[in-house]
Amino acid sequence: MRWFWIDRFVEFESGRSATSIKNVALAEEHLHDHFPGYPVMPNSLIVEGLAQTGGMLAAEYHDFKERVILAKISKMTFHGPALPGDQLTYHAEMDDISADGAVTSVTCHIGDRLQAEGQIFFAHVADQVTGKSLFEPGQMIHMMRLLKLYEVGRKPDGSAIMPPAEMT
Amino acid sequence: MALSEENFAKIQEALVDALGVDDDEVTPEATLVGDLGAESIDFLDIVFRLEKAFGIKIDRGELWPEDILTNVKFVEDGKLNAEGLAELKTRMSFADLSKFEQNPAIQEFGNMLTVQDMANFVDGKMAQA
Repeated sequence: MRWFWIDRFVEFESGRSATSIKNVALAEEHLHDHFPGYPVMPNSLIVEGLAQTGGMLAAEYHDFKERVILAKISKMTFHGPALPGDQLTYHAEMDDISADGAVTSVTCHIGDRLQAEGQIFFAHVADQVTGKSLFEPGQMIHMMRLLKLYEVGRKPDGSAIMPPAEMT
Repeated sequence: MALSEENFAKIQEALVDALGVDDDEVTPEATLVGDLGAESIDFLDIVFRLEKAFGIKIDRGELWPEDILTNVKFVEDGKLNAEGLAELKTRMSFADLSKFEQNPAIQEFGNMLTVQDMANFVDGKMAQA
């Protein structure tokens, strides 16, 4: 999967909050269409990055056993553009999590400047809906390692988050 | 059963936030699906908000009995059979099902649940708590 819209996690507390960063680079092809001569990181992809940050926070809480999908963007406000050279800091706070889904409050900062804020709601999709696994277990762990989850991830008691035993 | 003004305001707020509707659209008679445009995923969102606003716990299917509406035992030709209706009445004592009973077509179900029904549901949950 190349649909990574975060580069890595910099903070991750299981079930509570996660912070990730995304570096916007002029080499990203889509920026040259959005817009020709005036490259701006599309806000839709910022929402995707925020959703990946919050979604992985929700999925990790259930040891990646649930199929967490972005169900709804309850609200989202953008305060300015994100441009090549900017480093976006995505933060997701867990408002609520249950067996059915999760709600996260999210922000995107560029330095000290608030670029976007909102609320994203995730639901769990039952097995029978998709009919097959979304990821091979090893693939999921590989993705989490790429994103440095196991380097920065902590449980509320301070111990390190480890890959679920059955997925390694 | 009339809900206190304060509690109604909380329900109103939950629906305004979850469905993106205006305060004045959230009247007791308004139907959640037909008038306020709720989709199935919104019910999970509404449940989260009600749980938080009222400090209650709402189990899956309590407010929106999806399992009954999709159970082959209870559905015949797109309508709920007598057994299904009986089950629905037991589970949804907070709702006025009289209109739905006249034509228990599954597709009509969404147009039945009103804000008042939901207020009754919350009242019941608060009484249990």
